[in-house]
Amino acid sequence: MAEWRIPLGDWVDEFVAWLLDTFQPVFDVLRDFLRWSFDELADLLVLPPSWAMVALLGALAWLARGWRLGVGGAASLALIVLIDQWENAMQTLALVIITVLVAVILAIPIGILAARSRLVSNIVRPVLDFMQTMPPLVYLIPGVVLIGVGPQAGMVATVVFAMPPGIRLTELGIRQVDAEVVEAGHAFGSTPRSILRDIQLPLALQTIMAGVNQVIMLSLSMVVLAGFVGAPGLGQQVISSISQLDVGLGVEAGLSVVILAIYLDRVTAALGSRSAVARLEKVA
Amino acid sequence: MIVAAIRTEGLYKVFGRRANEALNRLRDGAAREDVVRLGVTPAVIDATFEVRPGEIFVVMGLSGSGKSTLIRMLNGLLPATAGHVYVGGDDVAALDAAALRALRRDQMSMVFQHFALLPHRTVLENAAYPLKVRGVEKGERAERARAALEMVGLDGWEDRLPSQLSGGMRQRVGLARALAAETDIMLMDEAFSALDPLIRREMQDQLLELQQRLGKTIVFITHDLNEAMRLGDRIAMMRAGRIVQIDTAEGILRAPANDYVAQFVQDVDRARVLTAATVMEPAAGGSPEAGQPTVAPGTLLADVFGPALGSALPVAVVDDGRMVGVIHRESLLAAMTADGAANGVRAGEGEVSRG
Repeated sequence: MAEWRIPLGDWVDEFVAWLLDTFQPVFDVLRDFLRWSFDELADLLVLPPSWAMVALLGALAWLARGWRLGVGGAASLALIVLIDQWENAMQTLALVIITVLVAVILAIPIGILAARSRLVSNIVRPVLDFMQTMPPLVYLIPGVVLIGVGPQAGMVATVVFAMPPGIRLTELGIRQVDAEVVEAGHAFGSTPRSILRDIQLPLALQTIMAGVNQVIMLSLSMVVLAGFVGAPGLGQQVISSISQLDVGLGVEAGLSVVILAIYLDRVTAALGSRSAVARLEKVA
Repeated sequence: MIVAAIRTEGLYKVFGRRANEALNRLRDGAAREDVVRLGVTPAVIDATFEVRPGEIFVVMGLSGSGKSTLIRMLNGLLPATAGHVYVGGDDVAALDAAALRALRRDQMSMVFQHFALLPHRTVLENAAYPLKVRGVEKGERAERARAALEMVGLDGWEDRLPSQLSGGMRQRVGLARALAAETDIMLMDEAFSALDPLIRREMQDQLLELQQRLGKTIVFITHDLNEAMRLGDRIAMMRAGRIVQIDTAEGILRAPANDYVAQFVQDVDRARVLTAATVMEPAAGGSPEAGQPTVAPGTLLADVFGPALGSALPVAVVDDGRMVGVIHRESLLAAMTADGAANGVRAGEGEVSRG
């Protein structure tokens, strides 16, 4: 049996080599852009004193939901400062912010197209299945090969890994909008574009925001793994704690990831529940 | 000759992949059941009718009879498989997307069964929606929407959200939205079917009252025969995709086109449909005797019973001071049965319904 096998791996290697030859300038630009945006944002986040940042993020949570989330969020973030992981946490946060922005900017239009066309939906769905079930570490390899070791490789892998729920929930949200309301838009002579803007997107917003929330969570879990290919931040701390069998450092870095995750989850969920439909549910 | 507000010609809608094959067979006279075996659903078959300006044209049929499909072909929400719909001078089927939108914006508005209001917009914004689509400036939009809301008795509710309103009030918003569009034609798809009976009755009264003032051309879809008879100037009866009869309520009651329609109208409250003029025996003029009760020709029979009870003399039907006919108690009773109403044209073996 072992004498002959499909040389799938070889084909992929050849394909990647071809990609590299043909699109080198594109990858260069992508690398430079990701690298630059990460450096700038990471610098910006550690620019103010850590306590000021904690207060700022706490205030943001307060605005989003209320004083309890504000105080709780600030207290949890203060713990990160106290275990001296603040700078790493801010680097991780920078990675998350950039990858989430890129993933959402790609995912929402794709989700809209999938909601409007059966064909697009049928093509997109298996691709998403593939993206979600492929072990995420595998994405790191082409990332490194194509644009080199460092945060940028981890960011590309993270975008690919985190995008699917954004697409899926955008499509679902739009498809769930009451068909009769959309029909009413048509019956009064609206254009498809204004139906999308005035009816479908506002009514799907809550579901889309749930998707964005998922994108953030997946992105956070992936940027930690991206430590394997040289992405800085909490991921790198986790990796070095593994290689040094340093339980203490592992727990500190891991706990920081958890705090960051819960903070981002609660705040984005709170923002989602301020959408038009959610407000209605409160009134009714 | 009156120019029809809406005219359809040989209109077909067949759902399914082999629609064209089914269409050809139907045109060759195949029965609906025969083409269903092709895996298609013939929803509307060969519908030809005219809606006159200013009338309420009711399309009445049970669920699955194709009436909702039919109304959606009138404004092009569903493209016809074959046939034509003429609105004004336009053939709806021949319009491109932009012209179709213009037609919907400017000529026909619609009221939906489940209201189809924008849940995230206030009552005022909902009523103003067609004007917004049309690009009317904001201040004027609000003003005209306010006027429409006032017409349906919703003044004071402008800033509420639809979810804060009862079902009947929501449909008033739906009605106000259609009125605010100021189109000559209004399509109403089972507009009152989701409301409970008391509210439904109220809405019917309101529609009739508004119609007296505004004189719109209304196509009204319903599965409720009493509603059809109450509202419709003329009624199109649909069954399994075909229009089987188009006539006034009285015409359908007096001469049902087939057994299906006859069976259908059995339970109608005849006293509230038939008028004195249709059951009277013509009289050669003259004037009523002293003490003889009188009614106008347009009086519903429900309102003739009282006068008939009050005197042993037959009720005189008086038009413009002239006696045009008389109604004996016997003919009043006979009119309450399907056979009596047909003026004895149909052989009298059907059961007598309770009057």
